Amino acid sequence: MKGFLVISLLGVIAMLAEVFKFKRILMPVIVLGILAAYALNYMEWTHPFSIPYFDNMISFDKIALAFTGVILITAFFWFILAHSSYEKDPHMVDHYALVLFAITGAIMLTAFTNMTTLFIGIEIMSIPLYVLAASKKENIQSNEAGFKYLIMGSFASAFLLFGIALIYGATGSFDLKEIHTYISTNAGNIPSFFYAGVVMMLIAMCFKISAAPFHFWAPDVYQGAPTIITALMSTVVKTAAFAAFMRLFMISFAGVSDVWSHILVVAVALSLVISNLTAAVQSNVKRVLAYSSISHAAFMLMVILANVRSNLSVNAILFYSLAYSIGSITAFGVLNSVTKYGKESFDEFNGLGKRNPLLAVCMTIAMLSLAGIPITAGFFAKYFVFTAMMTTSYKWLLILAVLTSAVGVYYYFKVIIAMYFKPAENHEAVKVEIASTLVIVITALLTVAIGLVPGYVAEMFTF
Amino acid sequence: MINGISINYYILLSAILFIIGSIGVMARRNSIIIFMCIELMLNAVNLLLVSFSTLHNDARGQVFVFFIMAVAAAEVAVGLAILSMIYRNVKSIDTHLLNNLKN
Repeated sequence: MKGFLVISLLGVIAMLAEVFKFKRILMPVIVLGILAAYALNYMEWTHPFSIPYFDNMISFDKIALAFTGVILITAFFWFILAHSSYEKDPHMVDHYALVLFAITGAIMLTAFTNMTTLFIGIEIMSIPLYVLAASKKENIQSNEAGFKYLIMGSFASAFLLFGIALIYGATGSFDLKEIHTYISTNAGNIPSFFYAGVVMMLIAMCFKISAAPFHFWAPDVYQGAPTIITALMSTVVKTAAFAAFMRLFMISFAGVSDVWSHILVVAVALSLVISNLTAAVQSNVKRVLAYSSISHAAFMLMVILANVRSNLSVNAILFYSLAYSIGSITAFGVLNSVTKYGKESFDEFNGLGKRNPLLAVCMTIAMLSLAGIPITAGFFAKYFVFTAMMTTSYKWLLILAVLTSAVGVYYYFKVIIAMYFKPAENHEAVKVEIASTLVIVITALLTVAIGLVPGYVAEMFTF
Repeated sequence: MINGISINYYILLSAILFIIGSIGVMARRNSIIIFMCIELMLNAVNLLLVSFSTLHNDARGQVFVFFIMAVAAAEVAVGLAILSMIYRNVKSIDTHLLNNLKN
């Protein structure tokens, strides 16, 4: 809770920076603030006391704290990475304030215990992101991305709200625990519109995490938005949306899993096939990463499917989101530096192995991790998902996942091949700021480190 | 039963409004009309929440409606800002002109 308050306060401080003229020191303030939030979060983790706040609407239990930790680590790296892009921007302050508010919403999504806070959290997270996606004012692509994101986001929110209203009608409550009790005490006597509500909420959440067949907005938005904002969308937002998804469906609707698990199976299978096959024919790297994020969403959904009633899967989702977020930060960091002036095609990476050997190595590690090749974090993330899936009756899904991952290796390796085996058109090294390089190297090292001691990290997340 | 009318009719009415709204979002080309259709969807939800709130004799549903109204206003404010930016760039608000993002 304290971390949550610190982050929201930081957002307000960032807005004041313009007025009180401390723009120059804003960046260190934010970074230190995030570190402080992380420390406070960690203290709550070691001395757990799960007091519900705001009339039982938010409760920072251990799961919420763990997800908040992942979000804060990613946010920390993101801010250092983003500073080079925003340093000379006259609207730097506004960007940072919006991002901090989005992170506030993201943290709220990890800890909600009431439908009200779920809705408010999603909107606090999404509305700043609509603005950020459209923040290149003169660029029509960026405008279009923001517009599409807004329309799709509010469309999904409307579905979410209709679902919430129907569930409220059946149960007479917005509280997750009360809904859970209602399901277990009234089994066999639940009105049909309750199930309609659950399905509508499922559709809305699938929109938010961009699972097929509700994924069509994601590639466009990822491509049009400024690269650094795309990095935020595919890490912090994804983690938060999954935390929300998990809390909603594994705590509240676990009792009616027969209804939604069948729909979820279809969504997972479609996401795996569509994302990997479409990504293989894309030429824009940002679009490829968007499709890759859809396929990673499918993997995380598999965990929710695998173990609807146990804490085992919480562990796997946390590990996956950590591995995926860190890998994505590296990948987007390199992408942001490489495509600063040019287009976003694979050709931009040609000869990067000779031009910027360090960046190329880090990008290779990130790609290997996203593809799930051993001794990287991504491999063990997928491994934990597969172990969770082995206990279920959905073994065919496992085979599908392995097959589509093999397709996935193809498009991740396209980047690596371009970096090492294709001649560069211009032999100039890409200029990268020291801070960005540090973040890229550290996140790449973390990816390897987590891959070397996966058991240690997984044990940290035991509840 | 609210005032002698079965709750099912309330659900039916809001569902119809919601479906009209969602068809509008998918089928119309004018961005302003799309925003109106989203508002229609949200107001269908508000209607449903208020009627359930009366049915359960519980004020929480109506409080939720306030949240939805506030958020919808924020969303439309952002939406219209983005829209005016688009208009400045392409001199139109037809969604069919927004096809610059492709492979």
